[in-house]
Amino acid sequence: MINLTIIDRDGGRMPVEIPEGINLSLMEVLKASEYEILATCGGMALCATCHVQVIEGPEQYFTPTDAELDVLDTLPYVEPSSRLACQIRITEDMDGMVFKLMGGD
Amino acid sequence: MEQITTDICIIGAGPVGLFAVFEAGLLKMRCHLIDVLPQVGGQLSEIYPHKPIYDIPGYPDITAQQLIDNLMLQIAPFNPTFSLGERVETLNRREDGSYDIKTDDGTSVHCQVVVIAGGLGCFEPRKPEIDRLADFEGKGVAYMVKNPEHFRGKKVVLAGGGDSALDWAVFLSNVAERVTLVHRGDTFRGAPDSAGKVFDLAKEGKIDLILKSNVVALTGDDSLQEITLLDRNNQVSHIEADHLIPLFGLSPKLGPIAEWGLNIDRSAIAVNTVDYSTNIERIYAIGDINTYPGKLKLILCGFHEAALMAQSAFKYVFPEQKLSFKYTTVYGVSAF
Ligand SMILES: Cc1cc2nc3c(=O)[nH]c(=O)nc-3n(C[C@H](O)[C@H](O)[C@H](O)COP(=O)(O)OP(=O)(O)OC[C@H]3O[C@@H](n4cnc5c(N)ncnc54)[C@H](O)[C@@H]3O)c2cc1C
Ligand code: FES
Repeated sequence: MINLTIIDRDGGRMPVEIPEGINLSLMEVLKASEYEILATCGGMALCATCHVQVIEGPEQYFTPTDAELDVLDTLPYVEPSSRLACQIRITEDMDGMVFKLMGGD
Repeated sequence: MEQITTDICIIGAGPVGLFAVFEAGLLKMRCHLIDVLPQVGGQLSEIYPHKPIYDIPGYPDITAQQLIDNLMLQIAPFNPTFSLGERVETLNRREDGSYDIKTDDGTSVHCQVVVIAGGLGCFEPRKPEIDRLADFEGKGVAYMVKNPEHFRGKKVVLAGGGDSALDWAVFLSNVAERVTLVHRGDTFRGAPDSAGKVFDLAKEGKIDLILKSNVVALTGDDSLQEITLLDRNNQVSHIEADHLIPLFGLSPKLGPIAEWGLNIDRSAIAVNTVDYSTNIERIYAIGDINTYPGKLKLILCGFHEAALMAQSAFKYVFPEQKLSFKYTTVYGVSAF
């Protein structure tokens, strides 16, 4: 199992358990776990409605990709460790990571 | 205040709302469309205009914007009318069963049938946290440029770092007295062309470019007068402004439709799949906004729903007439 912690927009912390080897993005996992994220564009890095912030985890997860930066640049608020959940593939090295849901608009 | 009378009022000018004009038109029903966006096309034009779509029957691939352009050509013979850049706010039923629809701009539409083709909802601007922002909405603060002339000779501040902020900064630099672009970052990742133009205009002194800064507060009496900025080193500065246009993209919200007494199931309107009617007589819901067992949010499915809706709506628009089924190949597309 890969164990993640999600901090929702009210500040509540919830664990999410994900079986190893599933080929999903963090956005898909959050949607399936009934978190309130729109993911309007279905994971194409176009809509920014799956905006999350990395709070704890391996260093490489703190840096958004170029495609993510293009979209994040259009938002009113971002953090240096802001990411688009749809661009993060779930892998085993993510065990123990903490993400915060951002945006909500 | 505009007063419009039509047979069917369609809320939402996305692909499904547009195609509904065609299906209604074949049955001689006139349509008026309202969309909060300044352009037609819904998600296709707003979110992914240049992406190819592969599951439109008869088109191995077609870009989203091309599909919308084709739909506009296809419905042109039926002369639909549009209120764009306006948000539908209220719906009132008259005693004879017909409806009056009102927008936030004061447009009023009297119609026999209402078709909600509102997709994921009303595209609403993302609003930054700026002190007293709401106080100046409509009094200097606007979230889209509906008519650039409105800004002629004015001091305009744009906030944002995306393509629309860049493009409007370039455009308005020829219209406004002064254009200031405020961006949180120090580079622009939008289209290289637009970014280049903005930097050139800034060098020529035609645009004031303020980077690594955010708008944090607004001041003024009746209307906006001054904007407070905060930079990365926590330095505060002030600029005079008649208008602030924050451009941080749009995000859909169900909006006023949620308060009309319709059966809503997880942000979608429950419909009867016989004709995509809602629980309220003369109100239909088609496309992404509706839900029923097996619903797929696809353009293809919305088109089908539009056809069945039109056949059913006919009885309210022409209560005296009997509907007979006709092929376009036999009867053509007789315009009106
Ligand atoms: C990135 C992406 C890729 C996609 N790819 C495909 C694909 O390959 N194939 C496919 O079939 N589908 C695809 N889709 C889904 C497709 O875009 C939708 O099914 C389609 O847009 C639905 O059309 P619609 O007309 O119902 O709604 P929309 O396109 O959402 O349009 C609804 C319109 O209604 C307006 N509106 C809502 N409420 C109000 C109000 N109160 N007042 C005024 N205006 C209002 C909105 O502003 C909007 O413009 C994709 C979607 C996305 C985001
Ligand atoms: S789902 Fe649209 S950007 Fe991630």
